[in-house]
Formats: sequence, structure tokens, C-alpha cells
Amino acid sequence: MATATKRSKAEKSLVILLLIVGGVLVSLPFLWMISSSFKPENEVLAIPPTIIPDNPTIENYINLFTSMNFTVYLRNTIIIVLFSFLGLLFNAMAGYGFAKYEFKGRERIFYLVLATMMIPGQVTMIPVYLILNSMGLTNTMTGIILPGLAVAFSIFLFRQFMMTIPDDLIEAARLDGAGEFYIFFRLIIPIAKPIFAVQGILTFIAGWNSFLWPLIIANDESLYTLSVGLSLLQGQYANNFALQMAGAAFMVVPIIIIFAFFQKYIVEGFTMSGIK
Amino acid sequence: MKQLLNNRHPYMFIAPAVILLTLFSVIPIIVALVISFTDMNLKGLANWSAISFIGLENYKDLFSDATFIKSVFNTFFYVIIGVPLVIIASLSIALLLNYGTSWIFNTFRAVYYMPSITNIIAVAVIWGYLYNTEYGLFNYLLSLLTVDNIPWLEEPTIAKISLIILAVWKGIGINMIIFLAALQGIPKSYYEAAEMDGASRLQVLFYITLPLLRYATFFVTVTTLIGWMQFFEEPFVMTDGGPLDGTISIALFIYQEGFRYSEFGYAAAGSFILFAMIIIVTVFQFKLQKKDTDL
Repeated sequence: MATATKRSKAEKSLVILLLIVGGVLVSLPFLWMISSSFKPENEVLAIPPTIIPDNPTIENYINLFTSMNFTVYLRNTIIIVLFSFLGLLFNAMAGYGFAKYEFKGRERIFYLVLATMMIPGQVTMIPVYLILNSMGLTNTMTGIILPGLAVAFSIFLFRQFMMTIPDDLIEAARLDGAGEFYIFFRLIIPIAKPIFAVQGILTFIAGWNSFLWPLIIANDESLYTLSVGLSLLQGQYANNFALQMAGAAFMVVPIIIIFAFFQKYIVEGFTMSGIK
Repeated sequence: MKQLLNNRHPYMFIAPAVILLTLFSVIPIIVALVISFTDMNLKGLANWSAISFIGLENYKDLFSDATFIKSVFNTFFYVIIGVPLVIIASLSIALLLNYGTSWIFNTFRAVYYMPSITNIIAVAVIWGYLYNTEYGLFNYLLSLLTVDNIPWLEEPTIAKISLIILAVWKGIGINMIIFLAALQGIPKSYYEAAEMDGASRLQVLFYITLPLLRYATFFVTVTTLIGWMQFFEEPFVMTDGGPLDGTISIALFIYQEGFRYSEFGYAAAGSFILFAMIIIVTVFQFKLQKKDTDL
């Protein structure tokens, strides 16, 4: 017994050591980004590079807002994130509709929703652009937001969760005279809080990171998102790595903070969705 | 229940999402199929009467287009090297993380997941700096080991491998979580029984853990393969397909034909070839899986 615990203790130390080595390798790009973002422009090109900045400065972060239009990009990104939460509500409503109502064509429509998950993005990209173009929505905020609102995978996850809510509960609320939408907003949403948490985080991350569609649709800089702005910065200040790193950190750090707080929900969410 | 059958409420609940999906996912498929048989381009966008049906011309042209052939070759290069790497890396990390439950393991779970939620442009900016031939960290670290500068993104084959390294780094997170969820679903009693029978660590790994992860592995393999066949973001943001089309993938080829050269019909035809390839590979995997469980 004593040798067994000794062996497992050594083994555990080895596992942790491996995790640390791997963890440092994986997070090296992030650490380098943070460190470089606080370096003045000349220090960032110094050879050999300094690991911790000699003359730390927050000038790069200020420059994002003074020499670049990061205020505008941030505003647009927040608009997209807010509307994607409206999309989240639509997906939840659809999930509830498929889970808790009997109606004509339910199976067929649901299979259609599932089928859209299998289509590669490249196939729909061009037609969606053509459709938006014929609606006169290219180079508008609406055109950026609209195609991303409904997400088939999200509808599917909501439906799976809502199926577990007992019918009796809804029936009882109906007998008390509650309307269908009242039931959804006051009864179902509070019960479905865990799935809303997962989907909410994933929606936030997707909205915050949205890049390709805004790039395709937006011609005016006033419609650019943070990622599009950052790629513009990369082109304009190709050799100012300190400024580039500050821009990247400005995009990445909020996501990391939010994720650090809510990672428990994301992991649980995958277990919930039954992927085992 | 009978009166609910003709109720309008269910339709009101599903309508917003279903209408949006129809408009931006279902109809586009039909549109894509139709325009793939036409010569639609920027002129056709302004004046629909300028579009004419050309049958299978686009599809024929694609197979004699050197850039397209190159993009097919590159995509296979990415898939054949990248997919096994992602699966092995995420499975190994999941096995390590599953070893304990203390805060250390939770923290590292977050660390390994981080790259997968990082914005692709931020990734491009950071890695572009790391890969920089003159000022990059990688070449500096290698110079300490007296290795000559490596042209990370300037030589076609090395550039492909550089993109794979980056994509593996970014792709570990989500698969690791799926493996971890599956590992936590294995009943403890299996391990206890094996320990009682005096099974070694390696025996437990190869005869208990890995066989029980079969479904998770299958799921991860299918989704990773589909994802890598559509390899797009990394070459798009890092190299734009260069040098000398050395990193162009099928998906990037489609994007460039569609949005840079406005050859909508040609690009749509390319996207259907990609779609067909994905379906063939996926069906093939399901066939293999069936055989595997039959045995």
C-alpha cells in the first residue's frame, strides 16, 4: 500500500509537470502578446528581445483610440453582440416550439433545421451575399447582423433541454390562465437558465469575434468591427508590432476574463448536450 | 390536445428562427446550385439578363484550373497531417487533465481551451509576429540553439506546416472538452476491477479507456475532418494563399473566386465540389465505423 501511494504521488507530479510544460507552450503566444503590448515601439524590435518590458508604457493602448478608430469598432462590435442575443432568444423560442408543441409538419421542419447544420459555409456565402445585395442590404448594419441571428445548432441544444421540462408544469400554468408567451418568459426561461448560460457565453464569444461577414458586407469604415479594424491595423502599421499586440490584447483579454469566470458552464454544457 | 393542433402559437414560436434559416441557409443552397451552372459574375449582378446557362462548363474548367488542383492538393496536405495531430494532442491532454480534480487541473483546462476562443485576427496578428523572420520570437529562440533563421511563412512547404501548427494550437480546446466529458462518463468501477486484477497503467489505457472512448473518438474524427476540409481562416489571415499559392485551400480558392474576382458561378461550382468531397469522406467514415462495430 505504501509503495502504491508513493508511486501514484510520483505519477501525479509527473502529470502536473507535463501539464505545466504543455500549458506554457500553449500560452506562450498570449504571454508574448501581453508583454510586447506594453513595450515602446523601439524596444519591441530589439534583439535580443526583453521578456519583461524595460520601459513599460500604456501608450500603445491609447494609440488604438487616438490614431485608430477603435471607439467606432468597439461600438459596432457591441451592437452586433446585443443583436446576437436577440437571435439567441429566437433560437430558444424555436427550441421550445419544437420541444413542447404538437403541430403539423413539426418533424419535417425540424429535420430541415438539422440539415442546414451540415452545409459548409462556403456554399451559402456567395448566395447569401447575392440575396442581401438584391434586398439592398450590403454595406448596412442590418446586412451584417441578419444572416447570423438563427443558429441551427443552438435551436437543437435548446430543444434537447426543453424536452426535459415536464408537460404537467406547462399544463398547470395554462389551467391557471397564463398565456403562451407569459408561460415562455416567466416559467420556461427561468427553468432553462443553465442552457441559456452556455448559449449566452458562446453567443457573446461568436459576436465579439465576428469577422468574415462584416468584412464581406461592410465597405465603410464606420461599419467595421473590432476584428476588421484589427486586420486594418495590421496592414497599416505592419512593422509596429507593439501597437498590433495592444490591439490583439484588447480583443482577446475580455474573452479570456469572461471565459475564466464561466468555464464551468461551458464544460457542463457539452456534457448536457449529450456528446459523450 | 386536439384544439392545440391547429393553434397558431407553435408557429409563432418557431417562425422568427425558421424564416431566418430558410432565407439564409435553405434558399442559398438552391441559389448556389442554380448559379453554379451559369457564368454569373459582377456584370450579371447588375443586369440579370447578362447571365447565361453554360451547363457543366464551370465544373469542367475547375478540373483544368491549376490553382484549383493546387488547392485540392494543399487541402489534403492539411487534412492528412493536421487531423491526426489534433486528435492525438487533444486526447493526450484530456487524459492528463482527467488525472485529478483539484484547482490545478481546472486551471489548466482553461489554459488549453483558451486558443480555441481567441479571435482569428488576433491569432494572425500574434502569430504573424512570432513567425516574423527577423524580429520573431521563434527564430530568436532557435538562434540561441544556433539554428539558422527559418522562413516560416515564406517557403511553400514550411508555410503549410506553420499554418498546421497554428491550427492545431487553436483546434485542441473543443475536442479536448469532448474527450474530457467522455472520460468522466466512464464508470469508476471499471478501473477498480482492473486494478484488482493487477492490470498495468498501459493495459488500462489500451484495453479499457481507449475502447470506451470509441464513440467520442468517432465524433471528434468526423467533425475535425469536416472542419479541416474547409480549412480557410488560417491561410486567409496569415498568408492569403501565398507564397506562390503554396498555402491556398479549396475554401480559400472559393472565397477568392467569389469575392475577389466576382466569378460567382465559378465559385459556386467549386463550393459544390467541396461539399461533395465532404459528403463522400463522411459517408466513408460512417461505413468504416459500422464495420468496426460489426466485428
